[in-house]
Amino acid sequence: MTTLDLTPAPGAAPLHRMVAAQTGAEIQAMLRNGEQLLLTMIIPVLLLVGLSVTPIIDVDGGSRIDFMAPGVLALAVMSTAFTGQAIATGFERRYGVLKRLGATPLSRTGLMLAKTLAVIAVEVIQVTVICGVALALGWHPAGSPLAVLLLVVLGTAAFSGLGLLMAGTLRAEATLAAANLVYLVLLACGGIAFPLTRFPESVRPVLESLPISALSGGLRAVLSEGAGPPLAALAVLAAWAAVSLFLTSRTFRWE
Amino acid sequence: MESPAVEIVDLVKRYGGTTAIDGLTFNAARGAVTAVLGPNGAGKTSTLEICEGFRRADGGEVKVLGLDPSRPELRARVGVMLQAGGVPPATRCGQWLRLMARFHAHPLDPAALLDRLGLTEHARTPYRRLSGGQQQRVSLAGAVIGRPELVFLDEPTAGLDPQARHACWELVRDLRASGVSVVLTTHHMDEAEKLSDQIVIIDRGRVVAEGTPSSLTGAERQLRFRARPGLCLDELLAALPAGSSAKESPAGHYIIEGQVAPGLLATVTTWCAAEGVSTDDLSIERRTLEDVFLELTGRELR
Repeated sequence: MTTLDLTPAPGAAPLHRMVAAQTGAEIQAMLRNGEQLLLTMIIPVLLLVGLSVTPIIDVDGGSRIDFMAPGVLALAVMSTAFTGQAIATGFERRYGVLKRLGATPLSRTGLMLAKTLAVIAVEVIQVTVICGVALALGWHPAGSPLAVLLLVVLGTAAFSGLGLLMAGTLRAEATLAAANLVYLVLLACGGIAFPLTRFPESVRPVLESLPISALSGGLRAVLSEGAGPPLAALAVLAAWAAVSLFLTSRTFRWE
Repeated sequence: MESPAVEIVDLVKRYGGTTAIDGLTFNAARGAVTAVLGPNGAGKTSTLEICEGFRRADGGEVKVLGLDPSRPELRARVGVMLQAGGVPPATRCGQWLRLMARFHAHPLDPAALLDRLGLTEHARTPYRRLSGGQQQRVSLAGAVIGRPELVFLDEPTAGLDPQARHACWELVRDLRASGVSVVLTTHHMDEAEKLSDQIVIIDRGRVVAEGTPSSLTGAERQLRFRARPGLCLDELLAALPAGSSAKESPAGHYIIEGQVAPGLLATVTTWCAAEGVSTDDLSIERRTLEDVFLELTGRELR
């Protein structure tokens, strides 16, 4: 039997090492989870390929792939930052994982930082895969990469805020159901695959103020039309991020 | 002077209208094993969770290693084993323990700790596939991986088989020998009696008794026997030396306390012969901790 030196030698690891360790664990958990991969990788890629090579949607004469690629990028951001994060965090809360982490030297700020970094890392993988597939299908992106980055960062903040708001207040099962429902509804009405111009005039202002519409519309304006930073879309995302993160910080329950 | 590992004075905790902890006061010494005993709902877990910084007290004062339990620097100095959960179900237990190790400056070697707790062959098994006893051991490993000064173990041996229980006891003894303070809760009287330096019995959120195991059970010996229920003990008492007591608890179990000398045994057996009482399991022994516990907290189920 191995002898262990149990003599007290307490001490926290440096913050960057703790955050790096937790980030690695979060990324691994996301990439190993089959349901998560379905939402974050498989569905977006299938939609991208399926709807750009078949004439199911009417894109008013433009290029199908140029229309689809920005929408699918927005879907990818939503699936990781909102759906995946809400479900995973909800169950971590339910299984006492968040509580137990509260008894380690990793602070709550450190934990949130790790979760954010993990979401960003998975988004980088998603964007790489989706752009690769889209380019292979003849996508011609335009516009400023900086504007795209700004949209993705604000979109991630808004969806993370909404996902954590749900995960920190609802029961894990309710979060699972609601997060999947919201994913489906926003997939249909968020301008990802079906242009908002196909919806009745009366509901369009509501749909346009959704974070997913702002993100997909903003990305499309930049990437397909080469527009400058879409200020209205950025403002909508910033507002959602501010409100949801504020509410999350007030209501999040760790147990 | 160095502060105690845990210092609790007049602690009060309420959940809604019910008072879970009602003026609890005790200390846990440094370098010692302190066992907190009590029936279900006595307030054991609440007390521990206040010490661990998970819950806030509604009254009274709690100091852990001389500090307020909410102080962040305690997270590195204190190891925690929750009563249940805490590990992501899909995570392999070796991987989880390595993650816990990376939060600390001078952790134990996770592989050596797994080996010590008999978990090496399960290192690659997801937590949810482990048996209850294996999950408990993973959780225990997580409490000590950071080489803490103080560990809180909430029912560390619940659901363990005898081998795993002994492995856990060995680890607690080694922790104590290395100078680590241990505060644990348990339902097992033998565990508290064998393992701890100090026992605190709590009931309805208050301390009902505390002391070393031997001070609680007392040096006094008892004569016990089993016989048919409802014997009239008055005559026997008259024949026993002054200061003796005799009682039936529970039915059919008789306990004679007093100066347990050879003469007493003779008196009891003579009386039994005269009354035509046949006895079973006649023995002279010390009171067990379980006797003390049931006397203090009652026999009714809760």
